Amino acid sequence: MITKSADKTPKIEVEVTHIQQVSDIIKRFTFTPVDGAPLPVFGGGAHIVVEMLDGEILRRNPYSLVSKPGSTENYQISVRRDDAGRGGSLYMHNTLNVGDRLLVSHPVNLFHIDRRARKHLLIAGGIGITPFLAMMAELEDESANFELHLSARTDGAFLDELRGLYGSKGSFYRDDHNEVIPLNEILTGQPLGTHVYVCGPTGMLEWVLRTAEEAGWPSQNVHYERFLAPPTGLPYEVNLATSAITVKVGGHQSMLEAIEAAGVDAPYLCRGGACGQCETRVVSYDGELLHNDHFLTEEEHASGTKIMPCVSRFQGRELVLER
Amino acid sequence: MTTLDFFHDETFRDDFTYWNSPEAIRRFPFPFNEDKYMYSVNLEPHVAFKPGSVFEKSFDVDEHYVSEMRDRALVLQEDPLRCQSLPHMNMAGWDLLELIMTKKAAEYPEWFELHQDGDRWRWVNRPLDIDHTFTFLDNTTLPYGPMEYIMRQTQGDYAILDQRDNNLWMDAGMITTQADWSLDFDLGMNFMEWHGPVPLAHEMGIFDRALKFLLNVRQGQPARRLNWTMTVNPRLDTSPERYAKWGTDRMEVNADNVGQLMHLRVELQSFWRLPRSNALIFPIRCYLISLQDLATIPKWGRRFHRVIRDLPDELADYKGLTITRPYVIEYMSQFDDGTPTSPGIFADEE
Repeated sequence: MITKSADKTPKIEVEVTHIQQVSDIIKRFTFTPVDGAPLPVFGGGAHIVVEMLDGEILRRNPYSLVSKPGSTENYQISVRRDDAGRGGSLYMHNTLNVGDRLLVSHPVNLFHIDRRARKHLLIAGGIGITPFLAMMAELEDESANFELHLSARTDGAFLDELRGLYGSKGSFYRDDHNEVIPLNEILTGQPLGTHVYVCGPTGMLEWVLRTAEEAGWPSQNVHYERFLAPPTGLPYEVNLATSAITVKVGGHQSMLEAIEAAGVDAPYLCRGGACGQCETRVVSYDGELLHNDHFLTEEEHASGTKIMPCVSRFQGRELVLER
Repeated sequence: MTTLDFFHDETFRDDFTYWNSPEAIRRFPFPFNEDKYMYSVNLEPHVAFKPGSVFEKSFDVDEHYVSEMRDRALVLQEDPLRCQSLPHMNMAGWDLLELIMTKKAAEYPEWFELHQDGDRWRWVNRPLDIDHTFTFLDNTTLPYGPMEYIMRQTQGDYAILDQRDNNLWMDAGMITTQADWSLDFDLGMNFMEWHGPVPLAHEMGIFDRALKFLLNVRQGQPARRLNWTMTVNPRLDTSPERYAKWGTDRMEVNADNVGQLMHLRVELQSFWRLPRSNALIFPIRCYLISLQDLATIPKWGRRFHRVIRDLPDELADYKGLTITRPYVIEYMSQFDDGTPTSPGIFADEE
């Protein structure tokens, strides 16, 4: 189903041509362009934003591309089912069928390979492996030196596939065997010029960033991707001063989604609190700004003058934004 | 338009046989949309616009193409450092080659062809008489690195910017038609560093806003803007490296020859995100027009007189007009009857 929206960024209409059950909670979707034209080329670490009409709510969720970089016949994404989430992954898992049509964005890469690196150290937790699937295909093609450390719940299908593809370049750690990534050892034993890339749950990500900092890694050599799913909360209202309208934000809806649903064009890139593109000025508020992003500084959060509507919420009497 | 006779045989040095046809004059990218000029970020989406204009194609190819490529080869022969690429920018070079080849083959099928069979690519460039088969991503199958190879076949300077640490870094480029700046000097600098010498704009916050915009340029959504300066003679290579060759040209300008010698130099700048490397490319395409040719478009004659007459002194100095400005104003005044000009940059329809 194709939906109207105020979003002006170019979209590509695709058809779901294949759905593969990768593990009990992960599915891989293949999207093929409806017009048959080659898709835009992408690099490892890129994501697309997938538009889905989930009941009344138009969702735009970012997913890492997991197909081989350079391939232009189709795009593939892997989606982990989150039973406690807002519903986007449940929609993908339970509602989307082969033959359905969707709109996807052009690729955006906020987690690209740094080609200054002499070695690439990839550390992933669970579904955080997704950006690395395309990255490793690319690094392998370029005969680049890389090493993967993946920790996962159990011995899922990804692990089998990765063992087959990358063999000795991969080390795998299973939560159900109480195996833990020997992070200190890994981070202190790398040759000069190594870059580390991290993607995974927040706790793991912070553990890696902290350990790397303590081990003396320069921040320029540390790359991470941390997309938050927009948190749920209580419903509230937001006044958009420039558009002169009031928008209701549902409990399972993000402020950005509510603004878009009201027909107001708002900028975005990552939709996960990381990139800063949707930064919006707070004109006034009476209540509490519930900041959830990783983009604004603590001082900016405390100042009450800016908010990232893709992941942050509000609780209180009145919120007025410059939008 | 489709025959190879379209391309001029002309020079941008020594005897300066460069000339613009009446069609080239009408499609000249006149940069002033009102009767005055001040800096602005003035960015717009780089989408196909106005058939026949320089904004129609992704990478405009005009009647000067073949001679411009010959001039580039001469510059590189004398000074190979005009083309540099730091080692980590090799993938960006391939990205750039792919972007230009696919766009040109699609938009100018009479001049360019690209046949892709997996990694085996055959590239046909009729104006430059090239028919070459190579392996994509294999540097050993090209006579130059990928950036240099395609840049020797593409009009305009290209800065290739690496994006990291929330900044842009000038880590590669082909710069042979520049308005007095040096790739060799700027190589490895970040966006704020290489814009250091520009007057007034830092204080106006222009570079902060521009950088924020550029960091977020998305694949498939290129942007463009126009910039301008003035040059004596239709000389493409006004580089600091060759200042001794052109620095004294301005002393030759007088009231009699100003219309012929002084050229408005307009840069069509665009910004593109590359897919594999995530680098940003910054093509700076130079268009030159003599004042006497410019004045054949009545609207432009009137407006250009007003712009130069009222230009703030700092800007006049930065645009290299300090010595020649009085001659330019006096010459252009004969084309300004004081009547109002229409909005926008394009010539009025006849």
